[in-house]
This record gives sequence, structure tokens and C-alpha cells, in this order.
Amino acid sequence: MTKPVASGTASVEKEPSMQAQKELLAGYFAGLARAREERRPVVYTFVPGNLVELMTAFDVAPVYPEVNALQSAMRQRSSGFIREAERSGHSEDVCSYVKCDLGMLAKGNVGPTGESIPPPDLLLLSFTGCFTFMKWFELLREEYKCEVAMLHVPYVGDGVVTDAMRAYVVEQLQREVIPKLEKVTGRRLDLDRLRELLVRSRRAEEDLAAVFRAARHRPSPIDAYFGGVYYIGPIFTSFRGSEDACRYYAQLRGEVEARMAAGHGPITPDGTLTEEKYRLVIEGPPNWTSFRDFWKIFYDEGAVAVASTYTQVGGSYERGFRHDPSRPLESLADYCLSCYTNLPLPQRSQILADMVRDYEADGFVIHSVKSCNSFSAGQLHMLREVERLTGVPGGFIESDLVDARYYGQANIKNRVESYLQMLGARRADASLRAPVAAVADRPRYHLPVVTP
Amino acid sequence: MTSPMTTPAAPAQTVDELVEELEARFDDLDLGRIRAWKAAAPGRIAVGCLPVFAPREVIWAAGALPVFVRGGGDRIETIRGDAFYQSYICHLPRSTLELGLLGHLDALDGLIFPNTCDVVRNLSGVWQGTFPQHFVRFIDPPQSAEPASAAAYLHHELTAMYRDLCARTGREPAPDHLVRAIGEYGEAMRAATELSDARRARPWDLPIDEVYLLRRAADQLPPLEWAALCRAYLAAAYRRGNKPEDRVRVCLVGAFCEQPPRPLLRAAEKAGCYVVDDDLTVGVEPGGPAPDLAVDGDPMAAIVHAWLRATRPSAVRFDEHASAGRALVARVHACGADGVLFAAPSFCDPALLDQPRLTRVLDAEGIPYTAFKYAENTGQFQAIREQAGTFADSVKLWGTA
Repeated sequence: MTKPVASGTASVEKEPSMQAQKELLAGYFAGLARAREERRPVVYTFVPGNLVELMTAFDVAPVYPEVNALQSAMRQRSSGFIREAERSGHSEDVCSYVKCDLGMLAKGNVGPTGESIPPPDLLLLSFTGCFTFMKWFELLREEYKCEVAMLHVPYVGDGVVTDAMRAYVVEQLQREVIPKLEKVTGRRLDLDRLRELLVRSRRAEEDLAAVFRAARHRPSPIDAYFGGVYYIGPIFTSFRGSEDACRYYAQLRGEVEARMAAGHGPITPDGTLTEEKYRLVIEGPPNWTSFRDFWKIFYDEGAVAVASTYTQVGGSYERGFRHDPSRPLESLADYCLSCYTNLPLPQRSQILADMVRDYEADGFVIHSVKSCNSFSAGQLHMLREVERLTGVPGGFIESDLVDARYYGQANIKNRVESYLQMLGARRADASLRAPVAAVADRPRYHLPVVTP
Repeated sequence: MTSPMTTPAAPAQTVDELVEELEARFDDLDLGRIRAWKAAAPGRIAVGCLPVFAPREVIWAAGALPVFVRGGGDRIETIRGDAFYQSYICHLPRSTLELGLLGHLDALDGLIFPNTCDVVRNLSGVWQGTFPQHFVRFIDPPQSAEPASAAAYLHHELTAMYRDLCARTGREPAPDHLVRAIGEYGEAMRAATELSDARRARPWDLPIDEVYLLRRAADQLPPLEWAALCRAYLAAAYRRGNKPEDRVRVCLVGAFCEQPPRPLLRAAEKAGCYVVDDDLTVGVEPGGPAPDLAVDGDPMAAIVHAWLRATRPSAVRFDEHASAGRALVARVHACGADGVLFAAPSFCDPALLDQPRLTRVLDAEGIPYTAFKYAENTGQFQAIREQAGTFADSVKLWGTA
């Protein structure tokens, strides 16, 4: 086992950007709590395909219910909220993000940091990449009875973003979303301001992409999944387009590049990882209720996530997307359309395969969560497809987003360790590593599924 | 667009003979009748449609037969399909893949996947990878409340699909074909309305599992043939002259995608209910989108607007006006139901997420209901029968559940 070097104290090793990120988040929740007294209209929306630059141009306070849910889970509050929602009639079968949010609302809508989440003036449904979002906002509207703006972002089912799709989204922005924002704020859209925000988005996106690219280095200076979820926090939510985000991502990039130059591995909760034994690509969202325990399973074995798909749900920056201030609305449309979960499974498999190759990964792990059909339905097919495309065997583990009942530490640890042992054995025996060209001719679908 | 696919039911056929024919059709997993229809004329193709949104007029106008694919139900054992899905995913995609992998869907030249939910959506990708020989098209019917953009987008998507299909059948795209298809499906819709009205009026003569078989026949018959079959069945069923029984009248809600097994429907009625309204086989039921050429002129625009202005709320459409609860109450009153049976497939997010807000409205209106879950291959019905029976008894005795 490759144990991280302990920092020598009980405190967790932190770089300045980590502190900065924590302050950003705390400031965000404090700002929400003040929104009413500052007379800032409050807009609830979702992370994938969010229109934060547009919202900021109207100076509204954005709330992301799924962020509240995951933050509640990390603070061990989600189970109570889920029970509350199930008591009111919601099925065990359905999305735990939804139930966590509804339970939190039923319990007074006190957010994860202990401050009140103000009610919305507008529900801005950016219907991107997740069907359940639509049902979620139907439920929230029953509670709040406020204005609703529906932005239907077509699923890119055939793998191509068409002009018709883009035009459809832009027209909805012009005819539905912007008028509703103008109505709740009482002000007109300032397009120049929107462009300025998009310029800053682009700058931060460039720095974030550089951070993730750094994982191509050996050893990787970052963990692109467990660490990556912290990196994406500001840009996936309310800070994209802000100077705060530009400062944070420039600082983060500087730290990561310094670590890379020094040959350091990623920082984990137990210190810096000193020996990178396995390079992995990870598909799917993490478990939030036992996030650190989940991460520990990997870093205890010297496994580093060098790339992940979850860090692309709120923007495909690693694959080159940048907001374009010269065509603001079209650029927002392209952003919404190209988010990872809005892409069809063949493309998602190809993205995973590309990452395995580009980041020289030893393997890939699919973390399948019960709550998220958008991610999970079809992942066993993706497992086989990525194996076919790369010749690299995949691992498959299951739990949930924020429902602790579905997280089994021993089971997951056993599976991950077995998988990594298999990768180690495979590495030792070169004959097991078929060249990619050879595996391309393999029968495409070999059943039944064998997962480590 | 007539075909030798079926012999139109003769009026003299008894209801038992008709039901036997419907059962044979339902159990025809290999789609032998569709193969025969295709073989009867050159250029014919058949295109599968997953629930719920299916532009049947567009497909039919292209010279292709639209065929609803609603999973394998309890008619096949799902083995290989299970290897594609985790335990917490509903059953429909598993059995659909099983049907495909076993060759049962070989008669279909392609499949159309609508954005019904994330599972059906992602099944389109699995299908593309597993059956690369199939024509696969994904269609995302607009959820937008903004009608001009939505209409333009859907018009563009359906026109592109129409041209693609015409290229495959060799038929020249033309408005006349669309007009004719709209007319023929309009006739089928009128027959479906007659069926629905008859069931409400005389449910003792039209048991739900027979009506269900008839509606499943609509999934794969040319529209005029189905309309004739439907009317033949109605005539024969009326000749039964059964006596009404002391049962409660119920709406069945939530089974719009993955279908319950037929024994479950029988169990509900045998337990003391008459199912007088339901959302089974959505897509072929009355109240669905009906293009109106008199209003829209351009036939493709009529098909588009039919979808956009369809007023019957559905769990898979954005409930723009928060009217789903009120609409359910109106349905209950319109069919004279005493209560509601919520029957949702396990792990069905759209149906299950709707239930709490619907039941709140029913509570406020004093309309009794009960709820259970199923899978399409559920084999145990005793618990459901007891639950439905208890529900029926309590409604009869106390007027509430």
C-alpha cells in the first residue's frame, strides 16, 4: 500500500487555493442569506447547462438545489432530509438529490452551512442532460408558486449539435428566459455586460483546462476526480464570469504547475501522495455521504484519478469548449448542448476511451449511482465499449449520490482493491496487454458481463 | 395504404374468436405479421417507436409502418438484457434489448427513441452500439413553453425524419402523403374514442385485458385496419349482454411506458374494480395529439401543433400550467370513477415523482386512491389483488380508502 505522507499534524494539508475556494463557498451561502435584505431576486437553477453569466448580468442570486443536496450529504444531513421526503410519499426508487432537497425544504430550508436558503423569485429550469430536473422543478413550483422559465435543451442524441438545436435554444433564451429575468428583476439585459462576463468565463475556463491537462504529467499533480470536484465547484456554479473565479483559477493553476514542476503527487486528506501506482479514469458522480472514505480507498492503494467525466457535467472545458463573448447567446446555447450528460452513449464511451489513451491510464472505473439514470442507465454497455476501444479492462462499482443507505464501504473497497490487483498483475505480464489495434477486431459484445 | 396484414374482422366473428386473434397477435414476438406486411409490396419498411412520443403519421406517410415497442413484458425471460442494466433501472430497456438480441425485432428496419426519460434516452445509445445495422433516430419533442421556437424546432426534426424515411422507402416526400396519413390516423383515433366511450358505458362487457389487447394491436396495425378491427370487437362485445357487477370504477394511472403484465390487469378487475380509464399504451389512446388540417393547413405543421397543444398532461411532458392534478380529477369525474389505482413501474422516475403531487390533489378532492408498483414481468399478483380488493371494498363500504 502506498500511504500518503502524513503531514505530521492532525490538520489536513492545504494549499492557498483550497482556503480561497472554501471562502468563496462560504461567501456564496452568506450572500444567499442576505439576498432578501439586499433585494436581490433569487433564481433556482441546475448545474449542467446553467446560465450563470446571464443571471449575473441581471444581478440575481443563483441557488443550485443539487449543490445544496451534495453539501448536505458531505455534512451528514442528507439522510434525515431523504427520510422526511419519503414520509411525505416519495418513493425509495427515485432520485435522492430530489428527496434531499424536498426534505430540506420541509425542514425549513436551512442550507448546508446553517444559513437560510431564500425562496425563489424564479425557477429557471435549464433542462440539460437530466430528465429528472424537469420533475424536480414541477415539485418545487408546487411549493413556491413562483415564476418559471423553461429552457429546453435538446439532447444531442445523434451525436451532432445541429444549427436547428442551437437556434432553438437561442430563441428560447430570447423569448422565454431573458424576458422572465427582466420581469423578476425589473431591468433590461445589458448585452455588453454579458460579454464582459463571458470574457472572464473564458479566462477561468482556460486556467481550469490547464489544471486538468496537468494530470497527463507523471506523476499527476492532481487527482482529477476526488480533487477535481473541488476544482469545478466555483466554475460550475455561481462564480463563472466573476473576477473571484479568475483569481481562484489562476492561483490554482499556479499551484498545480508548481507541484508538477516539483514532481509532487496530488494532495489527499492524509497528505501528499508520494507514489503513483495506478492511473485511473473515473466515470460517474462520486458518493457524497462518505466522500473521504471513498477517496481513501483509492489513495491508500496509490491510485490516482488522472481524468474523470463528472468534471465535465457543467462544461466540457477539457475538450476545448470556451464561452465566446463575440456571440454570447449562441455560445450559451453551445455550452448547454455540449455538457457531458447531454451527449449520447457512443460519444461518452469515446470520450472515456480518449481519456484512457491521452492520460495514459492503467484502467478506468465506473462509479454507478442509483439516483442518476442520466449517468447510470447504459454504463454497463459503456464499460464493454470502452474496453473494446482501448483494450483496457474496466472496473464497476455502485453506490448512490446522497443516500447513505446505498453506500457500502467494505463492498466497494473489496471491489476496488481486487480491480487494482488485477491491473497490477496485468502490468507485470505484458502478454495480457493486447495492443489496441488487435482488440478492435474482438467480438463487440461479450456476455455475460464480468466485472472485477 | 391497405395491406394484407390482417383480414378485417367479419361482423359475424364472435368476441372469443376476436380475442383469440388478438392474443395470437400479442404473442407474436417475432412480428411475423409485420414481416408479411413488408413482403406484400416492395419498398415497405417497419420502424419501431419506443414510448411515449411517436410521430406515427410521419412514419406512415413515408410508406413505413410505425410499430410501438413496449418491451417484452412477461412473454420472454430476460437474461442477456439484464447484463446491460443495474438492479435499480426499470425493466423495459432490458427486455427490449433481449428482444433485439434474440432477433425478435429483426423485422424492424429501425427504431425511433423519444426523450421519454433518461433510461429510454440512453437506450438509444445502447441500441446504436449494439445494433449498428439499424436506422436509429432520437427525437426530443419540445418541452418548451415558448411555442414559436418549439414549433420551428419540431417541424425541422420531423421533416428531417420524414425525408430520411422516404429515402429508405423510395417514396417521394409530398404533403399529400402526410394529409392522407393524418386522415387515416384520425379515423383510428375516432375508433379509439368509441372504444373508450364504450368501456366507460359498459365495462362489464369490455374487460380491461381484452381492451388492452385491442389497443396493443393498434401498436402495429395500419390505422384503417385497426379501426375496422376495433369496431368489429365493439359490435361483438356488445352482443355479450353481460350484467353489471357490484364493482368500483377506477382510473389506472402511471403505466404509460413499461406495461404491466396482463394478469395484473385481470387481477385488478377480479378484485372488484372496473378499470374505466387508464394511461396504458399512451400514444394510441384517445385524447392524444390529433393533427387538425383545418386549423393548420400545412400537414407537417398540423402534426407539430397537435403535439404542442395536446392538453392531456403526461408525466413525460413539462406540466407548464401545474394542471396535472386538476386534470386527473377531471378524468376521474369524466369517466365516473370512484377512485384511482396508481400503478407505476419500479424505478420509473417520471411516474413515481408525479405521485405525491397527484395524491395531494386527490386528498383535497376526497377521491380515494391506492398505489402499487410492478415490473413488466411481475409474476406474483396475489398481493396486488388483495390490495385492489381491499381498496374496492372500502370504497364500496365507506366511500373512501
